[in-house]
Amino acid sequence: MKKSNMRNESNGNIVVLSNVVQRFGEKEVLKGISLAVKPGEIVGLLGPSGAGKTTMIKIVTGQLEATSGTVKVDSTSKEMGMMMDSHGLYERLSCYDNLKLFAQIYNIPFRRIDEVLQKVGLSEAKKRPVDKLSKGMRGRLALARAVMHEPKILFLDEPTSGLDPTTTNQIHELILEEQAKGITIFLTTHNMAEAEKLCQHVALLHEGNIVEYGEPKEICRKYNHQKKLQIRLYDGKCIEIANNKEAAETVQSYLTQELLETIHSTEPNLETVFMELTGSKLE
Amino acid sequence: MRNIIAIFQKQVKETFKNKTIFIQFIMFPIMAIIMENAIEIANMPENYFVNLFASMYIGMAPLTSMASIMSEEKEKNTLRVLMMSQVKPMQYLIGTGSYIWAICMVGACVFGVTGTYEGKELAVFIGIMAAGILASLLIGAAIGTWSRNQMSATSLTIPIMFVFAFLPMLSGFNEAIAKVARFIYSGQIYDLMNQMGYQSGYQPEISLEMVAVIGANMLVAILFFAFSYRKSGLA
Ligand SMILES: Nc1ncnc2c1ncn2[C@@H]1O[C@H](COP(=O)(O)OP(=O)(O)O)[C@@H](O)[C@H]1O
Ligand SMILES: [Mg+2]
Repeated sequence: MKKSNMRNESNGNIVVLSNVVQRFGEKEVLKGISLAVKPGEIVGLLGPSGAGKTTMIKIVTGQLEATSGTVKVDSTSKEMGMMMDSHGLYERLSCYDNLKLFAQIYNIPFRRIDEVLQKVGLSEAKKRPVDKLSKGMRGRLALARAVMHEPKILFLDEPTSGLDPTTTNQIHELILEEQAKGITIFLTTHNMAEAEKLCQHVALLHEGNIVEYGEPKEICRKYNHQKKLQIRLYDGKCIEIANNKEAAETVQSYLTQELLETIHSTEPNLETVFMELTGSKLE
Repeated sequence: MRNIIAIFQKQVKETFKNKTIFIQFIMFPIMAIIMENAIEIANMPENYFVNLFASMYIGMAPLTSMASIMSEEKEKNTLRVLMMSQVKPMQYLIGTGSYIWAICMVGACVFGVTGTYEGKELAVFIGIMAAGILASLLIGAAIGTWSRNQMSATSLTIPIMFVFAFLPMLSGFNEAIAKVARFIYSGQIYDLMNQMGYQSGYQPEISLEMVAVIGANMLVAILFFAFSYRKSGLA
């Protein structure tokens, strides 16, 4: 496998994978993945557990050498930040000491530690050892460590998996804040809603292949075979009608009678697209 | 150098909160102090307990703590994170190893002071302890590199530690064991310590045999380390 920092050959992309294959023994986990990531975007890698998401992140970050194919990453490993599924925090050390170690390694001033702790909402808990933290707090600490040295590209492997909705939202806010600074974010998740909310592009990964790639909205539109409207009336009735010229009359009549409570187009969400493509569930 | 210091400082903070490691560092020196002061048996060789526990200490403490720290870092994925942050394997090994060596040398000084060693004898005692701790550390680093997790490290550490920590002590009871103990660093060191104990006014000498055995032990540990390292790297 070739790994290089070729700025010219990547057409303005920060990460380019072409035909990446990964085998573990007999098992082919990635079967020829090609993917390009533009700087500044959040790209989501979606798939059920076992799909090969972590394997792909390991290959892009250089923790694993692919069996074949090429990987080009336009950033040095110093410019990468990562939060892997096992966070790799020192359990006996405090939040502060965990970050201090990496501040020393990255040679950044210690005031930055308080800055990021503040940002992820762990200032109060800075002296608390990691083994006394909740799952969500650990996640935030791992994220703080990943962004502390202001990386150019951030890898997040299922950053919200197993977290409650409030913490999940906090993490989403932090991710969007990082993006606002111009950082490229490579995110894996099996949570559709998360991908729809955060990602400019998603790749649906199934059995080692990318079965669909694009903007979440576009993908949903593409798989909108039914083209129906879903109408809910104030009397509680739900109606589905074909989304065509004739619908205009029906809708107008409900509107004039002041009966219409809600109206939606029935385009699928990523979850249903994934099920249609693979016949399997995401979770 | 910055990374080495960072790792060293991290180990200081972490191991003081790690009871299993901390006990390794202090148990034998404390036992030596207690036994040496509490037990009086007629005709007992000088510094009997100091030598006994000191040789067990070099066979056990550096070896098990190095292997255990490294394998825990692998299991918890912290070593992987360090490597991904540009810490070089050698920097990690030197940072962690020098910390364990330093703290075990404090232990060695406690042994030295607890015994009746003075002058040249004390210097020789501390010197051979330093060499023994280093050999023990290298073996521990090799085990830590070989093992994927703490479980597999422990299953290797226990038999190996048993050989280095207990054979020298048992060699007084059995000819065959004594023969084997000549070939391990802790056996050589225990021997020399005892000679200093039995013969007062003995002028301790570092024999060529001792240098060769300790050197060979270190070489074997380094080869084992290099083999493990080539197989799967540090993390
Ligand atoms: N080091 C490895 N050796 C053998 N099989 C592996 C290894 N790492 C991952 N796998 C296998 O590869 C597949 C994909 O794993 P992974 O990338 O962790 O999936 P995901 O992160 O999408 O849940 C799984 O079936 C897993 O068992
Ligand atoms: Mg995974």
